[in-house]
Amino acid sequence: MRKVYLDHVATNPLHPEALEAMLPYLKENFGNPLSIYELGLKAREAIEDARGKVAALINANPQEIIFTSSGAEANNFALRGIAIAHQNKGNHIIVSRMEHHSILNSARFLEKSGFAVTYLPVDKYGTVNPEAVKKAITKETTLISIIHASPEVGTIEPIADIARVAKDRGIFFHTDAVASTGNIPIDVNALGVDLLSMAAHQFYGPKGAGALYMKEGIRITPLIYGGIQEGGRRAGTENVPSIVGMGKAAELARKDMDRRISHIKPMRDRIIKELLKTDHIYLTGHPENRLPGHASFAVEYIEGESMLLLLAGKGIYAASGSACTSKALKASPVLLSMGIPSNIAQGSVVFTLGEGTTEADVDYLIETLPQIITRLREISPYGKGWDHPEDLLMQKERT
Amino acid sequence: MATASTGSAEVPLKFLDKPIKADKTTDIIYMMCPMHLLTIQQKLKEIKVGEVLAILTDYDGALEDIPMWCENTGNEFIGVVDASDHYTFYIRKLKD
Repeated sequence: MRKVYLDHVATNPLHPEALEAMLPYLKENFGNPLSIYELGLKAREAIEDARGKVAALINANPQEIIFTSSGAEANNFALRGIAIAHQNKGNHIIVSRMEHHSILNSARFLEKSGFAVTYLPVDKYGTVNPEAVKKAITKETTLISIIHASPEVGTIEPIADIARVAKDRGIFFHTDAVASTGNIPIDVNALGVDLLSMAAHQFYGPKGAGALYMKEGIRITPLIYGGIQEGGRRAGTENVPSIVGMGKAAELARKDMDRRISHIKPMRDRIIKELLKTDHIYLTGHPENRLPGHASFAVEYIEGESMLLLLAGKGIYAASGSACTSKALKASPVLLSMGIPSNIAQGSVVFTLGEGTTEADVDYLIETLPQIITRLREISPYGKGWDHPEDLLMQKERT
Repeated sequence: MATASTGSAEVPLKFLDKPIKADKTTDIIYMMCPMHLLTIQQKLKEIKVGEVLAILTDYDGALEDIPMWCENTGNEFIGVVDASDHYTFYIRKLKD
């Protein structure tokens, strides 16, 4: 059976050159980077080389990169580390309703610890309004964290504008750029951010490697105490092979970015154009300001998970948004915050393209998905009323 | 200027009443042992002999370690200012 991987926002295959770069550090170059003899020095040099490459990808200085185990750790570190380090100045932080769970759940943890958190609403495209950020600021606000690009709906937020609002008030600004780093150009100076999270596997690096960019001179409390790794800010013996792989992947992403974008974007546009021809299917997220390989939809009268299963049965691997949607069978909070009714939000499906995606893959998807939608609607309990959705909504509310 | 001695340190711990001018200041608040000593080593390389390094830390162990480190390495421990939530240590570089 044909296999079509359209879930690049979940993860990506490791780039062969990244694997090649990693292999010596999984084999003969196994030294601990803190050891002072040659094996240790080799590992230390490899980490510093990777740090330089990751910094170059986002136009940062190497000493501003702190390696972590994942994007989620970088997000936890930024939110909790900055909020706690600066709590003597204030106890209020601002996030948006578009955030990933590593931000939202960190914010909830901080709330339980006595912080006040504002969860900013978004418009129908999932865009955060910089004016709303400005209004939410209090004299207690120490940190604002807004996602750069949503993995669920692809929308790219006006980060430079929001960062300017934060800077004007002397508030730290963090952006979760896990879905965007390595996929679209990022310059931390042009964006004006103080902190930025990223993950290697989002740009063909290995899993188990992430990083937090933190502008020099900022005070942060570590999440992990121990040794002097990462300047004492993130203890634990470094994951040398993964860090090396991340460095190589960053170097390749920087070099190949334009080519990668021009490879996936026209195919992404074709998927959107063709799939929108089916009845009762809507694009979610911003029509233009979106990740180049990201096509996300809400399909009425069917449940996203069943669509994924049938797609997988045809060899097409896609996603249905966040873990909430997929694993807990709950309507996505991100889609709900964009004003999408919960019955429609249940029918969420996300296709994300990558290096290996071909025009033939896109043809296969465009041919297969409408058939699956038709089949599911025939057997769906929602199916009967699908010409009169308002009746269906009322029925649903009564039951 | 007050002079005090901690119970265990052999080197006297000098408390200053107010901050003094430093040629370089580095903030390692929230960083634990041994970042205070490693940072001093690194930052002293960035200033000239005779210049003063200020180091901000909230690590209590620094009260013993920094005066002792200065003694051992032949640099001058000028003194420490105790702010409510952190210490500022002043060190004069005496040799390259």
